[in-house]
Amino acid sequence: MEVREKIRHFITANFIISNEEADVSFEDHENIFSLGFVNSMFAMKLLNYIESEFGFRVDNDDININNFKSVDNMVLLVNKMRGALT
Amino acid sequence: MITEVAGLIDEARAFAAMEIRPYAATFDEEQQISAGLIRKMADKGYLGASFPAMYNGLALDAVSYGLLTEQIGKACASTRSLLTVHTSLVGEAILRFGTESQRMNWLPEMAAGNKIGAFALTEPGAGSDARSIVTAYRRHKDKYVINGRKKWISFAAIADFFLVIARNGTDISAFIVDAKSPGVSVVPMKGLLANRAAHLAEIEFCEVEVPEENRLGKEGFGFTYIVNTALDHGRYSIAWAGLALAQEALEAMNAYSIQRKQFGRKIFLHAPVQAIIAEATTGVHAARSLCLRAGSMRQTKHKDALMETIIAKCFTAKLAMKVTTDAVQVHGGNGCSKEYPVERLFREAKILEIIEGTTQIHQEAIAEFSVRQYGMR
Ligand SMILES: Cc1cc2nc3c(=O)[nH]c(=O)nc-3n(C[C@H](O)[C@H](O)[C@H](O)COP(=O)(O)OP(=O)(O)OC[C@H]3O[C@@H](n4cnc5c(N)ncnc54)[C@H](O)[C@@H]3O)c2cc1C
Repeated sequence: MEVREKIRHFITANFIISNEEADVSFEDHENIFSLGFVNSMFAMKLLNYIESEFGFRVDNDDININNFKSVDNMVLLVNKMRGALT
Repeated sequence: MITEVAGLIDEARAFAAMEIRPYAATFDEEQQISAGLIRKMADKGYLGASFPAMYNGLALDAVSYGLLTEQIGKACASTRSLLTVHTSLVGEAILRFGTESQRMNWLPEMAAGNKIGAFALTEPGAGSDARSIVTAYRRHKDKYVINGRKKWISFAAIADFFLVIARNGTDISAFIVDAKSPGVSVVPMKGLLANRAAHLAEIEFCEVEVPEENRLGKEGFGFTYIVNTALDHGRYSIAWAGLALAQEALEAMNAYSIQRKQFGRKIFLHAPVQAIIAEATTGVHAARSLCLRAGSMRQTKHKDALMETIIAKCFTAKLAMKVTTDAVQVHGGNGCSKEYPVERLFREAKILEIIEGTTQIHQEAIAEFSVRQYGMR
């Protein structure tokens, strides 16, 4: 799976079940935190996931909701970190 | 387990047998663990057990740290809660989100026991709904100013500093606050059901100034990252704490059952007592498996490590309540007397279902995880 697909998959697998379930869909540029389908631990889970799945530690300076709020931004972050590693 | 770690755990068992277990009832009665014990634990390296060596830590991995927590927790829950709060909650949060200078400044001192840290999140009006805290901070030139009240803060009565979670509008941030700062007042909480020796206190902050360099993490990250990370480490510690209480109670009920005679026989030989012991043994083995599984998932940074830790915490806390209740039952009247440790274990177990997130709050998270994991066919 591509980085983008992996991240999308992780996000949808962590959406909480709600009455609006049938309508859950989101675009890669959308702010997932404002959709209301994630719980308070989600940001932490996401950080742990990105670090373990892609094998790097996100610097404190990059731990910024902006970097995690959309699939597009997370892909950028992963690519940036990978670039820094190579 | 590598020999070195096995040796360390054996040493911790011996340390607990010598320095902690014989005094646990006194600590409970006097409502304080002694400064001497804290010093000895620091000298052993336990207060920085999970910190990397560069910060004077023992660099234990998650499983080894869990096994150490178990040994201390079997002997005395209040003493173990120092590891939970100081090392797991506060230490791990600084390790993860501190700047290098904050890490160098605090972690070696914490490991050495020269600076004891407490974690100040809960307030009189904000427990499970921790996001609703009202303790406020505002920026004033190159400082922050904090006002508010925290309650139920373990070790606050003797801590050198607090990791304080406060809000400014919708932003929640974390601050390392020197306990001696002007405007801080600490009122010890006495007469608790359990964790009585853990120096719980209320803290009031009245125009307390905190230098900018004592903010942990970015502004606005206090809840999302710092509280969640701290509590994740805290829950891992409590998972082992539950196992510890259940294991200690199991050993006590077994020993008593072959010593006490009724109707001319050891009570162990009565089938209903055997049923209690069998059930407790099974539960303790299951709890150990869950703790070890959570620990190894943490070590490999498995994506579900956080959830597995919640599952382990929830299970062992409940099990500790069940097994300690049963241990009191096996002891009969003696189980209701402080002459026997099971009376204290029974009280201590209740706390674990409340702290680091109540069982009910965790059940909600587990159910959400479950429906995704097992409900999507
Ligand atoms: C011995 C001890 C040590 C502690 N140490 C610390 C410490 O060091 N630092 C710190 O910050 N705090 C500490 N605490 C506080 C602890 O974290 C809180 O007590 C805990 O989070 C629960 O909050 P509460 O007591 O306000 O209960 P509440 O949140 O008022 O809960 C009361 C009951 O309502 C239930 N409930 C609440 N909301 C829901 C919901 N949405 N769904 C279902 N059920 C719900 C709860 O499960 C519980 O049964 C300590 C507490 C104790 C007892």
